[in-house]
Amino acid sequence: MGTRLNVLMHDMVPKHQIMENEEVSKLLSDYNITIEQLPKIYHDDPIVKAVEALPGTVLRITRKSHTAGEAESYRLVVRRPKK
Amino acid sequence: MPSPKRIGMIDFGLFSPKDIRKVSVCKVIWPDTYDDDGFPYSKGLMDPSLGVIDPGLRCKTCGQKSGDCPGHFGHIDLAKPVIHVGFTRLIRKLLRVTCRACGRLLLEPQEIEKFSALEEDPFSAEVVSEKDIKKERSCPHCNEQQLKVNFEKPTTFMEVYVDDGRKVEHKLTPADIRARLERIPSDDLRILGIDASVARPEWTILTVLPVPPVTMRPSIILENGQRSEDDLTHKLVDIIRINQRFKENQDAGAPQLIIEDLWELLQYHVTTYMDNEVAGCPPARHRSGRPLKTISQRLKGKDGRFRGSLSGKRVNFSARTVISPDPNLSVSEVGVPLAIANEMSVPVRVTSHNIEEVRSIVMVGPERPTLRDPCGANYVIRPDKRRIRLHGGSGPLDNRETVAQMIEVGWTIDRQLRDGDIVLFNRQPSLHRMSIMSHRIKIMGDKTFRLNPAVCPPYNADFDGDEMNMHVPQTEEARAEAYLLASVQENILSPRFGGPIIGGIHDHISGIFLLTHMPKWHTKAEVLYLLKHTNIEYLPKPGKIEDGIAYWTNKQVFSLILPKGLNMVYRATSCKNCNECKRELCERDAYIRIEDGELITGTIDKKSVGAFDGAIMNRIIRQHGLERARQYIDDMTQLSIRSIMLIGFSFGIDDEDLSRTEYAQIRDLLDEAEVDVEKRISIYTNGQLEPMPGRTAEETLEMQIMQVLGKARDRTGDIAGRHLGLGNSAVVMAVSGARGSMLNLTQMAGCIGQQSVRGERIVRGYEGRTLPHFKKYDQGAGAHGFIRNSYKSGINPTEFFFHAIGGREGLVDTAVRTSQSGYLQRRLINALQDLKVAYDGTVRTTGGRILQFNYGEDGTDPTKSAFGDPVDVKGIIESVLKEEV
Repeated sequence: MGTRLNVLMHDMVPKHQIMENEEVSKLLSDYNITIEQLPKIYHDDPIVKAVEALPGTVLRITRKSHTAGEAESYRLVVRRPKK
Repeated sequence: MPSPKRIGMIDFGLFSPKDIRKVSVCKVIWPDTYDDDGFPYSKGLMDPSLGVIDPGLRCKTCGQKSGDCPGHFGHIDLAKPVIHVGFTRLIRKLLRVTCRACGRLLLEPQEIEKFSALEEDPFSAEVVSEKDIKKERSCPHCNEQQLKVNFEKPTTFMEVYVDDGRKVEHKLTPADIRARLERIPSDDLRILGIDASVARPEWTILTVLPVPPVTMRPSIILENGQRSEDDLTHKLVDIIRINQRFKENQDAGAPQLIIEDLWELLQYHVTTYMDNEVAGCPPARHRSGRPLKTISQRLKGKDGRFRGSLSGKRVNFSARTVISPDPNLSVSEVGVPLAIANEMSVPVRVTSHNIEEVRSIVMVGPERPTLRDPCGANYVIRPDKRRIRLHGGSGPLDNRETVAQMIEVGWTIDRQLRDGDIVLFNRQPSLHRMSIMSHRIKIMGDKTFRLNPAVCPPYNADFDGDEMNMHVPQTEEARAEAYLLASVQENILSPRFGGPIIGGIHDHISGIFLLTHMPKWHTKAEVLYLLKHTNIEYLPKPGKIEDGIAYWTNKQVFSLILPKGLNMVYRATSCKNCNECKRELCERDAYIRIEDGELITGTIDKKSVGAFDGAIMNRIIRQHGLERARQYIDDMTQLSIRSIMLIGFSFGIDDEDLSRTEYAQIRDLLDEAEVDVEKRISIYTNGQLEPMPGRTAEETLEMQIMQVLGKARDRTGDIAGRHLGLGNSAVVMAVSGARGSMLNLTQMAGCIGQQSVRGERIVRGYEGRTLPHFKKYDQGAGAHGFIRNSYKSGINPTEFFFHAIGGREGLVDTAVRTSQSGYLQRRLINALQDLKVAYDGTVRTTGGRILQFNYGEDGTDPTKSAFGDPVDVKGIIESVLKEEV
């Protein structure tokens, strides 16, 4: 048994934060969308497990960008459907 | 217009035997089409109640004429059920997850409960799959022992049971399977993802087969009067024939063996009727040996119903012909042959303002005699949409005058094309948006479309026989859109890299290079000749006056086509990146300085005017706009063509000649290299070669040989290059970036060099050698594809053979690459085609789902950016400071 890999520490993994409910509703009204129109991420994605997000929560992803320096994106956690 | 309706939902289900019988108008039992007199057999495959295909006849079922009658289905009652090939995987799954006795799902009641609960959740699309069924050996509901179900392509199912410790396979007949599927309760099907109200599983086993209407499988009459039936009809004939024989045998009480054989034969025919390309099933063939095109083949693939018939679009008002170059046209123009312009038209509405003009157009009629004549018209359309064809000439049909008198306000005429009309011009493959651009037309003689060679790069066109398409927009909105969005000047900048994609090519670059290289002086006559077709209004003050004759520098001449206020400092393509730049004093004249639209020093070449580079053009677009840029392209191409004509430019076989000293040097150098190779080989055979890290001794030797020979080839190029200066046309083209490289020149004059297959020396052929001309296990340069001759000196037979091997590899690579990248492009386009950037800067699908929260993460349009950066800081500083930054 080696040490477990912590994806949060990995250089290539951007920052993921769980958003508060108020933030989410502000986000939805800013873009004038329903929560279903957000990009998705599966509940069993390693990063989702690492930040302990449950299906239905929204993650704020802050990543480095070639064009903008730093870019924010948002993803809704959903359960992965079986094949 | 009917009000638009919203589709609430769509159910996908199966056709039940009951439904099939309900839509059927005829039970088909006769395995033939027409009798000897040419009448269709009643209850045959061409029964008149199935629809009409012969013009003039009326349908027996609906009473409509051919063309109006959509056709009607019939049916065949199958003697025994058969499996529908399209559903074999579903059937396999259902057989494996349900009990063989009671038909219940092989799950404990509480597990079923769990899945049913999940189903209520709108976010989850979970259904029971084969994996969820534990390899249970007995049914939790009736305790029946379960057997393993094996499936064999295309349509065989088998149960496996153990008898005396041996595994025995027992074949399931379609009737057995159907009985098992019938037993599955509808409630259990729900959590398998099947809605039993529209799709009972037993309907996947056919007991009755629909016969498609004759309109779907029309027979054609050949020239000799014989009828030729559609492939589907042929297949249906087979099915009915076997089916009837099956029934007879069944009624006569034939032995089980014969019944089974017939059953399998019927299954084969029904299978190939549905899909003639199923794995594990020999395709049914026509008498000629051609595989039949059955239902699945009609739908699938590029020429299938979906990609070929439904998504495929055909248009009117389009023309296609060969293209040829015309450097005297503007880039925004296209030359259209008179024959095409006379045939194509634009509708013009008659108003009180234009009625006189329209009358004169109608008076010209459909035949415009020469290029210079005003355009005519082909049709006049009355307000009730009736069309009157115009006839010219002086025959009895001539109706120009009468029609011209009839015309009133509110009518429309189809006016022929004339100079200045906007058309869309396209060359396939249309891989990016610059593949379709709008041009203004110019009517010309002869039969080809003419275009300025400077617009070849965006279309990727050349004149070796390429054809292009032209489309004429028919409404004012379409014309406005074509002009404002798709015109050539709007597309000078490519969204691919944010730089100009239109610019000088080949001779434009050679010409402008010859003109601007090193200071030169031109007389007034020469200057005026050079600038003959450009948009200049006056000549500047002469650069010098000698003996009363005024002279202008070549840089002055070029400066005349630049806009005022242009400041640029950069290095040309011909710059050698010296360690220490001498700037304005560069002996190659590669340091370009433009101040206030005045070329001070430097040679204009590919970097400045070429397509894909075009530094000057890029700056003009940012500072002076697209219209000025278009004018600059036109002026630049005219100027460069004139200069190459004034100075003269040609290339012949003796331009590759070197002097005796150079040939001696090259020979010595190559001899030396071959000796070096032999030396390395002997070191290797003595086992003294030190392998490089991570490589074997052989690999190391190969690398060393490649390196030595590559270096030798390059050095012959240097020798040749030293002899051939800028007086040589090939050198001019290579240095200016117009065409070719110094490597091409090396191969022409010096040495062709090593031929390779997959980046290695040629090793294939006989045992231990490539050709019988060499000794076995000869590792030398010549034995493995090194060509020491040049294209000029000529290559010997073994060298020629190696050259052909290398050349073949190149051809194969290109062929493979084009097909692969074409498919890659298709997949990308299919995935991205409906995405758009919304007003808030987000990238969304048609459903409003967000893909990017800000287009490209910085919200920058690449065509409005400076090679990707939102603001061209460097360019702005440069143009203010007039200094390099």
